Amino acid sequence: MTEKLDSIIDDYLHNEGNLVSILQKLQDEFNYIPQEAVQYVSRSLEIPVSKFYGIATFYAQFHLKPRGKNIFTLCCGTACHVKGSEKLIARLQQETGLTTSDNTTSDGLITIEKVACVGACSIAPVAIVNKKVHGKANINHLLRMVKSMKEGTNE
Amino acid sequence: MSRQISISVCMGTGGLAAGAQEVMDKLSTELAGVGIEAQLHSKKQCDLHRVGCRGFCARDVLVDVSIDGVKTTYEQVTLDRVHRIVNEHIIDGQPVEDFAAGEDYHNFEGKQVKVVLSECGLIDPEDIEAYLKVGGYEAARKVLTSLSPGDTIDTIKRSGLRGRGGAGFPTGLKWEFGANEQADQKYIICNADEGDPGAFMDRSVVEGNPHVVIEGMIIAAYAIGASKGYVYIRAEYPLAVQRLELALKQARQKGFLGDNIFDNGVKFDIKVKLGAGAFICGEETALIASIEGKRGMPRSKPPFPAQKGLFGKPTVINNVETLANVTYIIRRGAEWFASLGTEKSKGTKVFALTGKIKNSGLIEVPMGIPLRDVIYGIGGGIEKDRRFKAVQTGGPSGGCIPESLLDTHLDYESLAKVGSIMGSGGMVVMDEDDCMVNIAKYFLEFTQAESCGKCTPCRVGTKRLLEILTRITEGKGKANDLELLENLSVDVIDSSLCGLGQTAPNPILSTLRYFRDEYVAHITEKRCPAGVCKALLTYTINEATCTGCTMCARVCPVKAITGEKKKTHYIDQSLCIKCNSCYDVCKFNAVDKR
Repeated sequence: MTEKLDSIIDDYLHNEGNLVSILQKLQDEFNYIPQEAVQYVSRSLEIPVSKFYGIATFYAQFHLKPRGKNIFTLCCGTACHVKGSEKLIARLQQETGLTTSDNTTSDGLITIEKVACVGACSIAPVAIVNKKVHGKANINHLLRMVKSMKEGTNE
Repeated sequence: MSRQISISVCMGTGGLAAGAQEVMDKLSTELAGVGIEAQLHSKKQCDLHRVGCRGFCARDVLVDVSIDGVKTTYEQVTLDRVHRIVNEHIIDGQPVEDFAAGEDYHNFEGKQVKVVLSECGLIDPEDIEAYLKVGGYEAARKVLTSLSPGDTIDTIKRSGLRGRGGAGFPTGLKWEFGANEQADQKYIICNADEGDPGAFMDRSVVEGNPHVVIEGMIIAAYAIGASKGYVYIRAEYPLAVQRLELALKQARQKGFLGDNIFDNGVKFDIKVKLGAGAFICGEETALIASIEGKRGMPRSKPPFPAQKGLFGKPTVINNVETLANVTYIIRRGAEWFASLGTEKSKGTKVFALTGKIKNSGLIEVPMGIPLRDVIYGIGGGIEKDRRFKAVQTGGPSGGCIPESLLDTHLDYESLAKVGSIMGSGGMVVMDEDDCMVNIAKYFLEFTQAESCGKCTPCRVGTKRLLEILTRITEGKGKANDLELLENLSVDVIDSSLCGLGQTAPNPILSTLRYFRDEYVAHITEKRCPAGVCKALLTYTINEATCTGCTMCARVCPVKAITGEKKKTHYIDQSLCIKCNSCYDVCKFNAVDKR
C-alpha cells in the first residue's frame, strides 16, 4: 500500500497536483478513501488530515466507506425523476435492506448509490451497474441482477 | 464492386447504452463474412466509423449507410437487424425499408438548425483527420495568422454571442475584460461541469466533436492573451473525458497546441481537470476554487475572475457550447451568426429535450422559436398521448412553464418574463401524472444538498423551504404555508451570496404561480391530484375488474396482497409500503390509487 501512496504523492509533487487530485487518485486506487491512506499522505506532505476531509466531504464523488463488489448507481436527474427513478431506488433499497446512508450490504456484495445526473436523460430512467449504463431501466431487470449477484451467478 | 460504402454508427453515451459497440462489431464481422473489408477510416471499399451523438437518442442505435452518396438512416438497430442490412442493402443495394428511420425521425431532424451540432453525428470524434476534412482548425489558423486579438474580440462582439452556460452574458465583452488586464499569466477555462440534472448538451458536444471546443479555446486564449487553459469536466462523463484527452493529444501532435502554434510564436496548452461532483462548481468562483484543489465555495464579486481568477490571475470562463459557437462564428462570419435568432438572442441553442416527450433527444434550434414548435413539432408531442402539464427549463435555477404559455419564445428575455430561465439547455417535459409540488420538492432537495453552506440564507433557507414542501407532500401542510414559501423564497433570492441561492427558489415560485391549485389540494384536501405523493395515496383493488390473476400478489415485496387464484385480491393497508409495484404490473387496471 505504501508504494502506491508514495507514487500518488510523487505525482502530486511533480505534476502541479492538489488535494482534490490526490483524493481522486486514492479513490481510483482503493475504490473509496481509506482513513489510513489519508493519514499517510497527510503525514508525508505535512498537510492536516482535516484539509483532506474538508474536501472529501464536500464533493459528492468521494466515498469514505468501502463500497461493495457490485455497484448500482441510480441516476436522480430530473428526467429520471419524472420517469420514476424514486420508485426504482425505493424498491431496490427495499429488496437489499439498504438505505441512502447505509448503502452497502454487510457482506460487501452490493452497494446502491445515487448520482445527481449522468447526462443520459433521453434514455431515462438510467441505472449504471458496475460501470455499464442501462437505459430505460426496468425494475424487474434490476431485481434479477440483484438476485443473480446474491446467488453468485452474475449476468 | 467499386461502390463507395460508408457506414456510421452513433456512439455517444446513449448509443453505447443501446448497444452501439455490439452493433458495430457485428457489422464488421458480417461484412467480413461476405468478403467486404470494413475498416475504420478505410479508404478502401467500405468505411465503417463511429460518430458522436446524433441527437435522436430515443431511437438508438442509429446507423447511416451511404452507398455512392445515397444515404439511408436506420433506427433502433439491434444485433438481429444487422444481417438484413448487410445482405439486402450493402450487397444487393436495396435499402431495408422496414428498419429505415420514419416520419418521426424526419420531423425531429427537419425542424432543427444545426450550428454547434453540425458536425456531431457526422464525423468520427476520435479522429482528428475527420475534423480537418470539414475545415477543422482553419478558424484558429485564420485568427492566429491574420487577426489581432482586438479584431477577434470585435468579431465575437459583432456576432452578438451570449454565454450558453445559463446567464447569457455577452461573450465578446467578457473577453474584452480579460484582454484589458495586464498580467504575466492569464487563463482560459472551459466549463464542462454540466451540473444541471436533466441536461446533457455539453457532454454530447465533447463526446461528439471535442476538437471544435479545443479550437474555440485556442481562439479565446489568443484573444485574451492566455497561455494556459483548463477544461473542467465532470467525472461522471467518462466517455467525454476519454475523447477529450485523445483529442488534446492529437491536437498537440499536429502542433495546434504547444509552444509555437501555426509557427506564429503563440504558446498555448490545455489541461483537463475532473470535477468531483458539486453543482456549485458551475459558479465561476467556486469552479476556480475547485481547480485550485479546494472546497468549491464561491466568494463575493468583485473582483471578477477576469480581474482576479485562477491562482489570482485574470481568467475567462466560457461554457462548452459558447466555445463551440466561437469556432463557427470565425469560420462563417459574425454577420451570418447574427442573422440567426432574435434581436437580443443571436444564433441557435442546443437543448436536451427529455421527460414525457415522444422524441426525446438532443436538439438545436434558432433562438426565438416558440416552445410549442419544440414540444409538438420536433418533440412529436407527449408520450402515450397524455396531456401536457409543464415544461421545466433551466434546471434547478429555472422554472416550470404551463400549457397556457406554450407560445413563449425561446430566448433569454422571454423565458425570464415567464419566471424561468434559458439556463444551459435542459428541457424536461411533464405530463398530467407529474405532481408539481413533488417537482418543486425534488429541486429543493437537490439545491439544499448542493448548497455549499457558506452563506446563511442559502444554507438555512433552502433547508426550511424543503421542510415546508416536505410537510405539504405528506399532507401536513399548514394554512399559511404558501405565503410562508413565497416570502422565504424572496428572502433567499435577495440575500444569498451566489447564483445557487439566488435562483434556488425559482422552481417553487414558478410552480406556485402556475399550479397553485395543486398546492392547495395537498394542504386543504390532503390529496395529490397527480397521484404521486405517497403519504396521500391509498392503494386498493377494484373488485369489479380484478380477475384474480395473482400478478400483484407475486410482485408485492412486503406480501401485503392476498387472495385466491381467480378471486378478488385484497391489500392489507397496514403492510402496504406504496411502492406502486402492483399498480405497474396489473394488466386490468384493477389497482386504484387515490
